[in-house]
Amino acid sequence: MCLSIPVRIISIEGNMADVSAGGSIFKAGLQMIGNANVGDYILLHAGFAIQKISEEEAEETLKILREIDNALNDIA
Amino acid sequence: MDEIVTLNHGSGGRKTHELISKVFAKKFRLPEPLTDSAVLKFTGNKLAFTTDSYVVDPLFFPGGNIGKLAICGTVNDLAVSGARPMYISASFIIEEGFPLKELIAIADSMSGEAVKAGVRIVTGDTKVVGKGKCDRLFITTSGTGILDPEREHISTGSNIRQGDKLIVNGPLGNHSIAVLGARNNLSFSTPVTSDCASLNHLIAGVLEKCSEVHFMRDLTRGGLAAVLNELAGMTGWGIAVDEVSVPVSDPVRGACEMFGFDPLYLANEGKILMVVSSGSDAEVLDIMRADPLGKDSAIIGEIIPDKKNLVVLDTSAGGKRILDMPSGVQLPRIC
Amino acid sequence: MKYIDEYRDKNLIMRLADQIKKSARLDYTFMEVCGGHTAAIHRFGIPSLLPGNIRLISGPGCPVCVTGTDFIDKAVAYSENDDVIITTFGDLMRVPGSVASLEKRRADGADIRIVFSGLDALGIANLNPDKKIIFPGIGFETTAPGTAVTIKTADKGNINNFYLLSAHKTMPPAMEAIVKERVNINGFICPGHVAAVTGSAIFSFIPDKYNIGCVVTGFEPTDILQSILMLVKQVNLDSPEVEIQYKRAVTAEGNVIAQSQLKEVFEPCDANWRGFGMIPSSGLVLRKAYERFNAERAMPVSSMPHEENKLCICGEILRGSKTPEECPLFKKLCSPENPIGACMVSNEGSCNSWYKYRIA
Repeated sequence: MCLSIPVRIISIEGNMADVSAGGSIFKAGLQMIGNANVGDYILLHAGFAIQKISEEEAEETLKILREIDNALNDIA
Repeated sequence: MDEIVTLNHGSGGRKTHELISKVFAKKFRLPEPLTDSAVLKFTGNKLAFTTDSYVVDPLFFPGGNIGKLAICGTVNDLAVSGARPMYISASFIIEEGFPLKELIAIADSMSGEAVKAGVRIVTGDTKVVGKGKCDRLFITTSGTGILDPEREHISTGSNIRQGDKLIVNGPLGNHSIAVLGARNNLSFSTPVTSDCASLNHLIAGVLEKCSEVHFMRDLTRGGLAAVLNELAGMTGWGIAVDEVSVPVSDPVRGACEMFGFDPLYLANEGKILMVVSSGSDAEVLDIMRADPLGKDSAIIGEIIPDKKNLVVLDTSAGGKRILDMPSGVQLPRIC
Repeated sequence: MKYIDEYRDKNLIMRLADQIKKSARLDYTFMEVCGGHTAAIHRFGIPSLLPGNIRLISGPGCPVCVTGTDFIDKAVAYSENDDVIITTFGDLMRVPGSVASLEKRRADGADIRIVFSGLDALGIANLNPDKKIIFPGIGFETTAPGTAVTIKTADKGNINNFYLLSAHKTMPPAMEAIVKERVNINGFICPGHVAAVTGSAIFSFIPDKYNIGCVVTGFEPTDILQSILMLVKQVNLDSPEVEIQYKRAVTAEGNVIAQSQLKEVFEPCDANWRGFGMIPSSGLVLRKAYERFNAERAMPVSSMPHEENKLCICGEILRGSKTPEECPLFKKLCSPENPIGACMVSNEGSCNSWYKYRIA
C-alpha cells in the first residue's frame, strides 16, 4: 500500500499525466503537484503524484554515500 | 460460414461436422476420414505423456493467444522431461456466441506453432455450451512423445550434485505483464510482449551435445520461485539464487515495482530452468545463447550443501533471505 | 531505473553496513512504522547486514493490519446488496472479517472489483449510474490526499453514486501512543512517503517531548542503511532530533497542496487501531461539506461485535512488544495461505514478511 516509486512524466493532458516506470506506462493525477513538466520525476502512489523528486538532493545524497569511507571513523 | 458459434455447432449433427471439417480438420491437417482415435506409431519403450488446460484471459495478448499457448505449453512440458514431443490432441469448450473469425485465428495459430515445433495435432474434440456457462473459450491439449530412458532422471533431479549450476534462458515475467497489460481494466500499458514459445528445439540442441543436464522444468504458474521450491522439496538440496543475475527487463521491473509483484513469482510461457553440472555450465550457456530463444540465457544460482530444502536469495542489496513458495494468487487466469 | 538503481549499489551498501558495524558500540532498537519499510527491510535482507546489537522492530505502519475487523464486516455487509459495487485496493481482498473476506464474497457472486486509484473507482461509478459504488479508503497521509482529490473530483462532477467508507488514519498519534507505552525504542525510522506529503516537522514532538530520535527514510537499501547509521550516531551522541535522510522527496514543510486538499475534505476523528484500541484524533472523517459521500451516513450498516482469535497476538506485534515468532499461531495455524490475523494477510504485515523472508 505504501507502494510508491519514482516515475518519469512522459506526457501531460490537463491534470493527468502518463508516466513511465522502466518503460511500462501508468496514469498519474497531477492535482497535488504545482509545477509538473514532461521529463520530471514524481512519486506515484495509488494513481496520484504525491511529490516531485529533487534531482539536486538525489545527487547530494549519492555524493554523501560515496564519501563514506571505511577509514573515516568520526563517531565517538 | 456462420459468423458465430452456436449450440447447434456442438450438437453432433451437420453443423458440428461443418465446424470440425472447415476449421479444425482443415487447419490442423487432420487426415480424412476423421476417426474417433488417432493411431500412432512409436519405436522405443517409454512415452512421455502430459495434459494441460488453458483459460487465459484475455484470449489474445501481445505475443500470442490462447491457441499458441496451448501448443507451446504442452510441447514444453514434454521437452523439459527430456522427451521428443510428437503428437498433440486439442479439445475446445466454446461459449455460445463466440465469433468464428476468432476461432479460426486461434486454430491458425495452433497450426502454425505445431509446424514450428515439429509436432502434429492428430485428434481433438469440440463442445459448445450455453451463454455464460464458460468464459468464451477454454482449450485442453494433451501431448505425447518418445522418451530416451537415459534421460528419465531429468524430471526428478535424482542426478543433481552439489555445485550444479542453475540456468534460465532469458528475462522473466514477460508473459504475465503482457497479459496484465492486455486486460484493459487498469490504467496501465506496457511494451512487453509474451514470451510464449516452443522450446523443444532449444532443449534438444543442449541435450544432444551435453549429457550433464540434471534437471529441467518450465517456469509457468508460480514462476521461478515455485519451481525452485518444488525442486528443493523434491530432492532435499539447498538452492542459492543470485538476484542480480536473474534477467528481468526494465518495463517488467517497473510494472512489478508499481504493482508490488516479484518477477521471480510471475508466470512465463517460454522460459525454462536447467540444472547442469558445474563443468558443463559454460558449454550449455554457449549452446543456448546461439539460439534466438536463449540469447539472454544466464547462470542464476547453484545447488548448495546447506540450507536443505530451502531456497536462499542473495538479494540485490547483498543481504540474504528466503525465497519462499508463492502463496495466494498473484495474477489469476494467466495461462 | 533512475532514482532506484543508484540506491541499490552493492558497493555503497557494503560500505554503509561496514560503517554501521564500526559505529554501533551500544545496543540499539529502532522501530519503523511503515508497511513499505517492513517489506523493504525484509525483501532486501537488511537484518542480515546488521550487527547483532541492532534490532529492528515493526510498529503499526501497515494500514491493512491496523484496520479493525468491523471495517471489513461493513464492506462485506455492503457487498450483499445487488445494487452495490465495491471498488477496493487489492490489499483488502483477503483480510478476514467476522464472517467472510471480500475475496470470498466475490467468489459468492458479489460485485467486487480491484482498483489502483480512487479515480479508477470514480470511472466505474460513471459507467454504472444505477449502482452504488463504495470505495473502502485505507491508508495514512500518503494515500488520504488522493482520496481527498477523488472526493473533490466526484463533487465537481456531480457524481451522486460514489461513496467512501473511510478508515484513513494519521501516523503521529499512533507513534505517540507507542512511545507512551514505553516500548524500548532508541529511534524511529520514519515513513518517507507519509513525510513527502506532511513534511518532516510532524515528528518534532518525538525528540522534543520524549528524547527519541527520528530519521525520515527512503525505501531503497542505501536509504534504510544510511538512516540506521544516522540513528546510531544520534544515540551515540545522545542528541535526538528529526533528520531527513530521504532528502530527494522530503522537506520540512512537505507538499502543501496535498495537505490543503486533505484539510479541505477531511477532519480528524477518533479511530480504532488494532492493538491499541481507540486513539483520539487519529482518524480522518469527511467534513460536513462532503458528508453526502460518506457511505456510513448514506447507508448505515451495523457490524456485529467481533471476537478475535484469542491466541492471535497481532495487537502486540503492531505495538512492537512482540515479534511474529512469539505468536503461538505463527507458521502453525497462521500462514499467508491461511491467515488468521491481518498481520499475515497484508504484504506489508510483519508476520507476512517474517514468514516469507526470514532465514530459518
